[in-house]
Amino acid sequence: MTRENNWIRITKAENFPLREGRPVSLGGVEIAIFNLGDRFAAIENKCPHQGGPLCDGIVAGTAVVCPLHGWRFDLDTGAATRASLPVCVTIFPTRVEDGIVQVNVNGGSRIEMEDAA
Amino acid sequence: MQRLVLVGNGMAGVACIEQVLKLAPSFDITIFGDETHTNYNRILLSSVLAGEKSLDEITLHPLDWYVDKGITLRLGVRIVDVDADAKTVTGDDGSVVEFDKLLLATGSSPVIPPIAHASKTGVFTFRNMGDARALLERAGPGVNAVVIGGGLLGLEAARGLQVQGCAVTVIHLVDTLMERQLDPTGGTYLTRKMERLGMRVLLSRRTTAVLGNGHVQGVELADGEQIDADLVVIAAGIRPNADLGRKAGLIVNRGIVVNDYMETSHPDIFAVGECAEHRNVCYGLVAPLLEQGKVLAATITGNRGPVYEGTVEASKLKIMGVDVFSAGDINEAAENESVRHEDPSLGIYKKIILAGGKLKGIVLVGDASESHRYMDWLRTGADLTAKRKHLLFPDPVEDVGFDVAAMPDSETVCGCLGVSKGAIIEAIHAQGMNTMAQLKQVTRASTGCGSCTNLCEQLLRAVAPRFEEETKSTLCACVPFSYEQLRDIVLSQKLKSVQEVLNIYGNRKGCEVCKPALSYMLDMVWCGEHEEDRSARFINDRVHANIQRDGSFSVVPRIRGGVTSPGELRRIADVAEKYSVRMVKITGSQRIDLLGVKKADLPKIWADLGMPSGQAYTKGVRMVKTCVGTDFCRFGVQDSTSAGIELERRLENLYTPHKTKMGAVGCPRNCAEATVKDIGLIGQEGSWQVVVGGAAGKKVRKADLLITVESTAQALEAAELFFQYYRENANYLERTYDFVERTGIEKVRKDTVYAPEPDRKKLLDRLERSKAIAKDAWLERETPFHPTQFTQIEPMEKVLV
Ligand code: SRM
Ligand SMILES: Cc1cc2nc3c(=O)[nH]c(=O)nc-3n(C[C@H](O)[C@H](O)[C@H](O)COP(=O)(O)OP(=O)(O)OC[C@H]3O[C@@H](n4cnc5c(N)ncnc54)[C@H](O)[C@@H]3O)c2cc1C
Ligand code: SF4
Ligand code: FES
Repeated sequence: MTRENNWIRITKAENFPLREGRPVSLGGVEIAIFNLGDRFAAIENKCPHQGGPLCDGIVAGTAVVCPLHGWRFDLDTGAATRASLPVCVTIFPTRVEDGIVQVNVNGGSRIEMEDAA
Repeated sequence: MQRLVLVGNGMAGVACIEQVLKLAPSFDITIFGDETHTNYNRILLSSVLAGEKSLDEITLHPLDWYVDKGITLRLGVRIVDVDADAKTVTGDDGSVVEFDKLLLATGSSPVIPPIAHASKTGVFTFRNMGDARALLERAGPGVNAVVIGGGLLGLEAARGLQVQGCAVTVIHLVDTLMERQLDPTGGTYLTRKMERLGMRVLLSRRTTAVLGNGHVQGVELADGEQIDADLVVIAAGIRPNADLGRKAGLIVNRGIVVNDYMETSHPDIFAVGECAEHRNVCYGLVAPLLEQGKVLAATITGNRGPVYEGTVEASKLKIMGVDVFSAGDINEAAENESVRHEDPSLGIYKKIILAGGKLKGIVLVGDASESHRYMDWLRTGADLTAKRKHLLFPDPVEDVGFDVAAMPDSETVCGCLGVSKGAIIEAIHAQGMNTMAQLKQVTRASTGCGSCTNLCEQLLRAVAPRFEEETKSTLCACVPFSYEQLRDIVLSQKLKSVQEVLNIYGNRKGCEVCKPALSYMLDMVWCGEHEEDRSARFINDRVHANIQRDGSFSVVPRIRGGVTSPGELRRIADVAEKYSVRMVKITGSQRIDLLGVKKADLPKIWADLGMPSGQAYTKGVRMVKTCVGTDFCRFGVQDSTSAGIELERRLENLYTPHKTKMGAVGCPRNCAEATVKDIGLIGQEGSWQVVVGGAAGKKVRKADLLITVESTAQALEAAELFFQYYRENANYLERTYDFVERTGIEKVRKDTVYAPEPDRKKLLDRLERSKAIAKDAWLERETPFHPTQFTQIEPMEKVLV
């Protein structure tokens, strides 16, 4: 069932501490999942700058700040919010069922670069 | 000489006397007050209860002032009768005093609603210093407090009690908090804010009885519910003290009736303040009372002319982090239009009421920063038609700060004490003021509720020839307060978690700048007894290792004083091989770095090393570099190796505003570079030099001499004093070299090694408290802070690629 919908059961919600991210590897794609308190967000775990692990960044509201050089990405759109650069990371839909966080791996989307610019 | 008697040594009466003295210094003045304290700022009782001010800080007129002005002061005497024909007043001590002119400024008393047994011990009102003192004595952790009344006063009392540690319930008769100042929506926003502070708010509930056997144990509501309480505060409104007016045969309604010249129905008796009723209004705020006082002073001194025509009342809730401002007529009558803005997630609600293009009323919850602009519109009755599109949102440029230049000179800056912009500018020029402290002292502006402080500062900045900044820049846009203010807030409001600070004083989000800074501040202020929130820490501090460019980590174990052993070196070598560490490197700080370690391997490596963390990844105690000293070196005159190791032991595992690196050398040849360390011990024949604020990184700076002492114990203590002083007073990310330079080494000395013994002891005690709780961070290998702290999450299902 879950497979048809591309939803992958990841792990129990409590494995994600509040306002922190954790990495998970799904079929070769590195994804960072964040617990935002009222929901979970999943993005590609690779900073477009120099590949920094976004799962280790500080969560600022609904954005995450790359731990290496401070680029900042909106967790809802994947767009870089601070640098005036046309860059973004892929975002993935998430949901929680029976206390298990799920990610739709094939549902990844990226915004158009023009939008991010 | 004309005899002027004032009954009521409170804010309105004494302010009026001040004006009288300016106009006619020749009166023979006697003041009666039934409180035992000289005139103080009643407004600030709320701040006293909330721990922001102490009782002795709120005095407005010290005894010297009365003596200076030749005033006869009779404190603790209550006037019980007035004979208008004989022109005498009678005190409760039996004394009878004659007057030529009598000024009644008796204020108000709290209203006690019909609640059964409201006189039990443990039931309080909140009006004067005695009340504040009694509440402070009773309040504390574990005490259940009930506040009856959800108006301005009730809420401020409630917050104060909560800050003192009480669990607080507010019971309000109607369905909206502060219903006189807020509409239902504004009330809802406020309720949410109060609840977020951890208070219980019960609306539309009537208290019928106080319960308890002798001492209060609870209250009962009309619906039968009982609520536990060890302490009850009744803040259900005030009633003017107009009795003396009645006794004197004056016309009295709710208050003593006065006309526009502030005259009562008797030619030689006057009334001012909350006890007076002007055009059917009894005011309950300071600003109108001061305006009344000015007019009355003219009348009393024979300069009858100026008239008082009423005041637009503006109220501000004085709870830090809960901005509520209301002014004017806030009723949405048919002929009125209202313009609103709401942002539920930010908790901001603004509404202004317009009629015929003019502003009539204002309600601001969650953001009162623009209140001055609106008040100006309200007072001047400006036509706002042209501004309609951005009434609630000023241009971004203006947003940076109210444009002081655009303010007319006559505009009031300080509403509490009635100081105009013109008066402030005049004072700045006349007295050559440069600091806020001077401005406050001379003009009294901003010494009331304090909401105009920013405005005063901007004026000072614009006008003063050599403006001196008192508060430093704000931490960051997320929490727009200076470090000093935040430290005060954290301490006085007893905030223990980063998110709490952000929720109450910030934008609820925070960022990579303020979160780690606040984390540090909480740790420091509470000596480690804060609520640690790892999400507010940089990754290095979540996993206690330094993140590398490829996302792997480096491991630097503590090697105190740079002294190791063959066994330790062997273990390090084994670990390096076992985990295929990419590089083993001797660091610039006399220790060994294992580079390129996977996050998941960290706990295992630490366990295998069996060495404590070297804190090489954090803003904390790095190392004490030492030289071989007396043990081996032919020049060594002090045992720098042992002294350095001891210093490292005493301070390790503690966190600091920025990294702290130290050195101890056995002689002035300085082989371990102690003169360019944050703290250095330099051995000399028969003594140690303790130096601080050195640097040899981005900046090179020779350390300043803190003190020269004879024994190693004294040297270590001097180092500890400075260390704790730096921890408590430096801004986050400020190295000692900047801190010492900013503070000045003389002041550093005065506050540390030369400080009086009790102060030194306090510094050392706080250091000891922090140290007692500080642990080797690498012990989290056994008891992780979070079960998945170091792990890569394994998905429950496979993904087919
Ligand atoms: C490993 C080491 C270099 C080495 O191979 O020797 C090192 C490595 C780093 N230093 Fe350093 N510093 C090292 C000794 C020094 C020294 C020499 C010393 O300690 O005596 C200095 C000059 C003294 C000083 O601290 O001022 C030094 C001055 C800096 C500075 C400039 C600080 C300043 O305010 O002047 C930075 C940047 C900063 O802190 O803002 C820095 C920052 C860094 C960081 C942490 C950069 C970072 O944020 O990632 C480097 C981590 C590399 C990594 O991936 O692990 N490192 N660094 C040394 C570790 C010492 C240790 O055992 O803990
Ligand atoms: C906790 C608290 C917070 C407040 N916060 C604000 C605020 O933020 N902003 C604001 O504008 N206002 C505030 N107020 C209201 C403000 O303090 C009053 O409006 C103001 O003090 C009234 O001045 P007054 O001189 O009329 O009365 P008071 O200051 O009460 O002075 C009257 C004095 O007369 C004495 N007295 C009464 N009868 C006799 C008698 N028969 N013989 C001798 N002495 C007598 C009283 O004991 C008292 O000392 C607050 C009040 C309280 C209690
Ligand atoms: S000097 Fe320090 S910060 Fe610069 S590259 Fe070398 S280790 Fe990194
Ligand atoms: S790698 Fe993310 S900001 Fe540089």
